[in-house]
Amino acid sequence: MAENNIISPENLVYEKTSVLTDRVLHYCPGCGHGTAHRMLAEVVDELGIQGDTIGVAPVGCSVLAYYYFDVDMQEAAHGRAPAVATGIKRTMPEKYVFTYQGDGDLAAIGTAETLHACNRGENFLIVFINNGIYGMTGGQMAPTTLPGMKSSTSPYGRDVVTMGNPLKMTELVAELPGTCFVTRQSVHTPANARKTKRALKKAMEYQKQNKGTCFVEIVSNCPSGWKMTPAESNKWMEENMFPYYPLGDIKVPS
Amino acid sequence: MARKGDVVINIESCKGCEVCITACPNQVLALSNEVNSKGYHYVMKVNSACVGCANCAVVCPDAVITVYREKRKQ
Repeated sequence: MAENNIISPENLVYEKTSVLTDRVLHYCPGCGHGTAHRMLAEVVDELGIQGDTIGVAPVGCSVLAYYYFDVDMQEAAHGRAPAVATGIKRTMPEKYVFTYQGDGDLAAIGTAETLHACNRGENFLIVFINNGIYGMTGGQMAPTTLPGMKSSTSPYGRDVVTMGNPLKMTELVAELPGTCFVTRQSVHTPANARKTKRALKKAMEYQKQNKGTCFVEIVSNCPSGWKMTPAESNKWMEENMFPYYPLGDIKVPS
Repeated sequence: MARKGDVVINIESCKGCEVCITACPNQVLALSNEVNSKGYHYVMKVNSACVGCANCAVVCPDAVITVYREKRKQ
């Protein structure tokens, strides 16, 4: 049969990168974390820096990221990944360092570490996964939760008068002189996933040139926390998250 | 004519999220009626319209899809 001939090593166009381990991801079905992990792993693979990359895992859904990336990883206390990454990068400036953080980790408990690391212009990459909710602990309201969005701690929707406005971390760090490349992407469609990969690749290349902190936000879904199917959550994200968190480059080095 | 492609799906790792089904331009993929050992309905190939664009594999959160595409004829 002709079809059987297609499946042969010389016809291979896409397979799972070797920078990801074979361990099955613990994330819920349809979660953007898996795709974000893979895009980052593919960048490490393509640049040939697997042996020189050090990742810092956060607390949150992606706390087990060190099981999935086949690079050196360090676990940090909740929100302190940029502080740990600062130490790693300063002692080993030739290594490629990245932190991988969710919105509860980066925008709530770790706001100070994030802002100060970006303000000092530390030369590492911050990957920020924004799904507007605390996914791991059961869908509580996060600083990035949209106005009117229901969560387990805002069952009538987020009221901005009493609960504050959603925090746009990416716009905030773009104002700081220490950052060099600040962008917002998503991974819910093939085109967006490929754009995210290009952004991560650029960020790693800027890191090599010691240009300052690179900050890549990935707007993601949380099907379990939002109580939707993965396809519905991706649609909801396009209709509700993107107007508030518009995609695109916010700061690019001149 | 578009080149023919094919996909190989690691059904034990598939969680049946259907993101690949919406990403496929030729409706090649669909959920099976059977479940894998974890109880998820896994995705499977239902026709031979695959062109090997790899869109499904790029969006798959669990990286279960491997894509092949025949070489251009000389």
